[in-house]
Formats: sequence, structure tokens, C-alpha cells
Amino acid sequence: MIPRSARRGVARLALFCAGVVAVVGCGCSSQRTVNARVEEPFPKKLSDWHLFAATSRALQPNTGVVPYDLNTPLFSDYASKYRFVWMPPGTPAQFRDEGALEFPLGTILIKTFAFPVDGRATERLVETRLLVRTKSEWKPLSYIWNDAQTEASLETVPDPVKIKFTSLSGKRHEFTYVIPNANECHECHDNQKVLLPIGPKARNLNKNYAYSTGTENQLEHFARLGYLEGLPAPAARPRAAKWDDPQMGSLDERARAYLDSNCAHCHQPGGQAGYTGVDFRSTQREITQQGLCKSPNSAGAVGALSFDIVPGHPDDSILIYRLESTAPKVSMPALSRDVVHEEGVQLLREWIASLPGRCPASP
Amino acid sequence: MKRTRPWCTLLLIPLGLLALLAAAGCNKPAAPDFQKTLQERLINSKPGDAIDLPEGKFHFDRTISLTVNGVTLRGKGMDKTILSFAGQTTGAQGVLVKADEFLIQDLAIEDTAGDALTIQGGGNITVRRVRVEWTRGPNEGNGPYGIYPVECKNLLVEDSIARGAADAGIYVGQSENVVLRRNRVENNVDGFEIENSENVDAYENIATHNTGGMGVFNLPNLPRQGGKHVRVYNNQLVDNNTPNFAPKSLGPIHSLPTGTGMYILAIRDVEVFNNKIQNNNTVNVYIVHYKTVVDDEALRDTAASPITQQIFAPVDKRYYPFVQDIYFHNNEISGGGKSPDNRLPGVKALSDALGGKLPDFLYDGMVDPKWGHKPNSGQICLQKNGAAAFLNFDAAGQMKHPVHDLKPYSCSLAPLAPVAIPQIAVSAPGGK
Repeated sequence: MIPRSARRGVARLALFCAGVVAVVGCGCSSQRTVNARVEEPFPKKLSDWHLFAATSRALQPNTGVVPYDLNTPLFSDYASKYRFVWMPPGTPAQFRDEGALEFPLGTILIKTFAFPVDGRATERLVETRLLVRTKSEWKPLSYIWNDAQTEASLETVPDPVKIKFTSLSGKRHEFTYVIPNANECHECHDNQKVLLPIGPKARNLNKNYAYSTGTENQLEHFARLGYLEGLPAPAARPRAAKWDDPQMGSLDERARAYLDSNCAHCHQPGGQAGYTGVDFRSTQREITQQGLCKSPNSAGAVGALSFDIVPGHPDDSILIYRLESTAPKVSMPALSRDVVHEEGVQLLREWIASLPGRCPASP
Repeated sequence: MKRTRPWCTLLLIPLGLLALLAAAGCNKPAAPDFQKTLQERLINSKPGDAIDLPEGKFHFDRTISLTVNGVTLRGKGMDKTILSFAGQTTGAQGVLVKADEFLIQDLAIEDTAGDALTIQGGGNITVRRVRVEWTRGPNEGNGPYGIYPVECKNLLVEDSIARGAADAGIYVGQSENVVLRRNRVENNVDGFEIENSENVDAYENIATHNTGGMGVFNLPNLPRQGGKHVRVYNNQLVDNNTPNFAPKSLGPIHSLPTGTGMYILAIRDVEVFNNKIQNNNTVNVYIVHYKTVVDDEALRDTAASPITQQIFAPVDKRYYPFVQDIYFHNNEISGGGKSPDNRLPGVKALSDALGGKLPDFLYDGMVDPKWGHKPNSGQICLQKNGAAAFLNFDAAGQMKHPVHDLKPYSCSLAPLAPVAIPQIAVSAPGGK
């Protein structure tokens, strides 16, 4: 956990600087407005969206492009993720208890993936993914950064990228980072063949953020900017646990928040893995539906194991087995996980070890 | 972006040119550009598009996928256009389709890490003359499923071949209106699996040298329950005696007895006629309740834990574990049970009790008490199946009252209606 929080510090710093620059107005004085698009064709270059200041490297948001982060995000190979949202003026998102906020036409959700580079203070930007609320649907677009880090270009089937770095804790990482292609976006984002945003749910946004103007709850910040309507009183807002902060949720809440963010986009009714009958949404309280003592029906390789989750026995649980693998037939999540998330696995190990009861002998 | 490229792989070039390159010996792992070009074409395709693949063997290291409706993917023949996934590094499936009106034909998919051809939630799907194969033969490291349509409606799989799957060669799950015809499945653990599906016709297929020829069944804990109405006719389910090579990790399939011709599990309305079901060494036909194949001890054990009680009693509130209204007639059934798979304690106990052999038909006799106490209340009807020997081994009574006599089971049921799908008006003469 040390390397993560340390890297989060780096991220903070980057965004803080960006914010300062934006407030001071340096480099942004020309103030091109965001290039709102609600149908094809979409810009081939990321810069043509005018989401960021036209300078290199730093992701300095344009006016109206608001940063946010999540209580418990999806793990993606230890990538740093920088998230922003833009909405057309005067059309706020609608608050929703479940699922992502109801975003208006023209919304752009922006997420940049970056990795550390040995011997360099700055990270390497790899890709920026946009989800654009068009007239007909949410459109996923992947922009791949060039080596000079000056521009990112739209690609349908991006090539994988070799990543090598040593984390602040001294852990060496070397792997091939697979960037999802346009179809693979659907594998996580589709529910009943409709593509939906996953991250910006009220429960995941309900946290403080250190804006350049000061720290503020993200939902309240959105509301104050006119980006959110229908926000209930604080006590009535759902709040996901923070997976790596014991002060921000019990072990059970943190584990279930982790499963929700990392697994539930596929493992829920209507999701890509809905047919498995496993539902990892944190709102799902039916234990068989979360894999407890559930034998797999017709899925991938599960080792010499019988049940998805065996209470008290993480080593006997298929869930752990598959999270600790990087083999193509075994590893879960099936996409965008090319290295093992050791801290996440540790959390789930502790959680399974804490569960009462036992499973029957295996068939 | 940062990858090193072999000298022979050039940048994006037309498929036909790639085929020439392949023929010239440049088809070493990762012809990444064929893969990339094909994936881009699939993503950018429009309804009505046909994508033609040239002759050649093309290497893929990543699942390729399609989400556009109305697309045809076709090669030059199942031995001429080969998509090889040997050494696959990303994604488990070979070809993954989530689209309606999909047609795939005349190509082969080989050596995928996981399932070879997965089709999810599609309507009006046709798989024609497709070969899926793990080329090293039976091996527990092979992918589980060959052709794997799930949650589909109006599905036709015909003239295709599946070899080497560590679970099922051709599987159909949670689907409705399905025709499987003229396929050949061999050297798989299960040849065919028809799971939680409704309105299925399987005819003129050959299943041989698998561990088991065909399973027709319902399992709990799957979103779609209540599979029924399956017709199986004019098939050959013969010599399925390949030792079970499913790893324990694949779950229940690991316990499929080597030498099973056909098993019918927890389902109703199955009509099986005019088939050859022969020389399957454990049993030619096995008709059972769910709990007969899920370890009884496991079920008894559930009383020990409140959590597991919730799970196994009942397993799934929507699930109905009994088998009923099964009609076998006019089949050639012979030569089964000569050498039962004693690896499995249940099979061994039964075969020991019967002198080391099992009859052609094995039925556990499990009936729902609510059907009343009359003979054959499950309506298992067996007629004109040659000299096939029969045993109801009385699973509920711990084999105390076995029934060898076929007479209580000499009944008939109304023929099931043929399955109609848009791809073919009516699946076959059917009826009788």
C-alpha cells in the first residue's frame, strides 16, 4: 500500500500544479472552448477536443473540465489514472442512487492512464480514454500518446505497450500493457448491449477532493458548479468504502467495494459474465450470488478448486486463484490486468479468512 | 507501438497480400498485422458485410471479437483457412461474438487458450463448416469448449467438427430454438452438451471417441432455468471411451464416467429416436436426477453449516432436479457397459454389485413424491430399442429395490414438435 499512496501523492501534485496554472491563467489565456461532439466524426487527435491546455505533458484542464477520483477504483496494472469530466453548460447530470450519474448529452468522461518511468520524475502518458454521450449512445474512444508525449491519436485497435518500472517501494514491474480495443471496451462497459460508464457512481464519487480552490466533497463541488442536480442531503447519499483505508470502511465493506469496482461491471445481471450467475455488486446481499460455496458452472480454469469462495480458506477459493494468475485462461478480470494486484488480493484474502461457515465437500 | 516486429511482418496490408506472405513462410507467431487488420475490419464492419479470409494459417495472440450485427465471417474451407491461437497471451477465447445475425463458415480455429468460438446473446446465429480443434489431442490443458453459444436464440450449428475440448466439443447453453446437425465431435471430454436450453433438435451428428457422447441437462444457479423439449435423432453416439481428461478444475465434467454414450439429467421432454448408441463402456444411456450425480455426502454435510444450508437446500429456488417425460424409441442400442469407469466410486459400487458390467440403460428411479406412488411416475418410456438391457437402480432406496424389467417402462409419449428456426424452415421430417 505504500507505493500506491505515494504515487497518489505524485498524482495529486500533478493535478494541483495543473490547477494552479489554470487559475493563474498561464498557458490557457486563449481559452478555446471544449469541442463538444455528439455524433461522428470524432476528432482524430486528442488536442482537437480542447480538453486540456495546449502545452505538452501536464494535463492542464480547460475551463469546465473538472477532475475527480473514486473511493475504490478499478485496478489497471498499477497505472495512474487521471479522471476529468466535462458537461455542456446549463445541462447538469442527474443524481442517481445506483449506477453512474445520469449524464447529459454531450458529456465527456476523460481518463488518462500513465506509468512511472525509471529515473524520471514524470510519468509516461500511455492512453487517454474518452466516453462521449452522443445522440445515440455512449461512445468509447481511445487516444494513444506519442513517444514525445505531445499528442494522442485515436486508434481502434491499439498495439500493446511494454511497461517497465520500479515502484517507490523497490518492486520491479515488467509487463506488456494491453490496451483494450474498441470492442473490448464493450466487454466491461456493456449491460444488456448498452454501453454505460462504470466509475462515476454517486457512491464512488462521494468523497473529498483537493481542488485548486480548496478541498471539497466531489458531489457538492459538482452541484456547486452546476454539474449535478438532485443531490440529496449528506446522510442520504450512498458512499462506497475506500478499499485501502480501514478508517473508511470495515473489512467486509472494503472487500465488497473492491469486488464491486473490479468485478461487478461484468459479474451482474446483464453484464458480460451475467451468465455465470455471480453478482458482485455491493448492493447484492444474497450470498450464493456472490460465489460463496458456489461451484463454477461452465467457466474458465479454476485450479484444483471447487468453490468460488470458501469461507475461512482463501487458498481454496477460486476467486483468489484467478486474481493471482496472469495466465490468459485463468486470470480475472479478463481484460486490462497483466500484473497481479497484490494489495487488492491481500484485502480479499483477509476478507475470505474472516468469513464464517464452511462449504460442503466438493462434488 | 514499442514492440519489435519480425522482419517479415509489414505494416497494414490487405488480407490477400498477407495470405501471400503467409504462404511465403512468414507466418511465425504474431503476424500481428493480420490480427490487427482483421480486428479493425470487424470493429468497423456494417450490417450486411461479409469478411472473406484467404487460405493460410494465421497466428493470433489475442481474442478477436465482433459486436456488429449482420456480419458474415468466412474462409476458404475448414482445412484451408486456419486461425491459430497457439501461444495466445491475451483473452481466453479465440473468436468472441456478441451480435445478432452472425454467420461464420469454412474456417478453423485452433489451439485457443480457452473456448474456441464463443457466441453470447445472439439471435439468428449460424455456424457452418467450422472446425475447432486442439491439435495436440486430448490434454487437460486444452480449452474447455469448442463451439460455445450461450444465451442465443435461433441457432444453427451444422457440418462442423470439434476435437480435443477439455469440457465439450459443441456446447449449447441457456439458448432456445436450436438445431445441431451433421456435426462430428471426437476426442473431447463431452461430445455435445445441451444445457438449460429449450427447443433443441440434434440430428445426424456423430460423436465418437469422446469420454461421453452427449449430455442433455439442466443445472442450477444459471440465470436461465427450465430447459426442456429436446429431440435427438439419427445420430451416432458410439465408442465414446476416451479416458476423461478434464482437469478437476473444470468442475463436474471431471466426474463424467469414461464410456458414457448419452446422459440425461434433471430435464423434461426429451425424445430420442433412430439413433445408434453403441459400445460405450460404462453405459450407453444414463438417466438421472441432479442429486444422483452431485455427491450425496456433500448434501448431507450441508446440515452442519447454516450458510451452506442456504446454498444447497434448495440449491436454487427455481431449479427442478427431477428428470421426467423421456421417450427413447427405435434406437439401436447395444454393447454398452462392458467395462465401467471404476475411477468413480458410484460407478464402481454399481458395477461391483452387478458383476462388473452395467446395462445399456441406467436409470436412478428418482421421482418427485408429488407425482404420487404409481409405477414409472416420471414417465420414462423406452420402446423398440433392440435388445438393450435396462436397470432402475433405485437410488432413493440405496439399491434395495432394483428393477430390471422393462415392462413398466414400455410406454410411449406424444412426439415432440420439430424445431423451426429462420435459417431452415423446419429442421427435418421429424415427427413420425
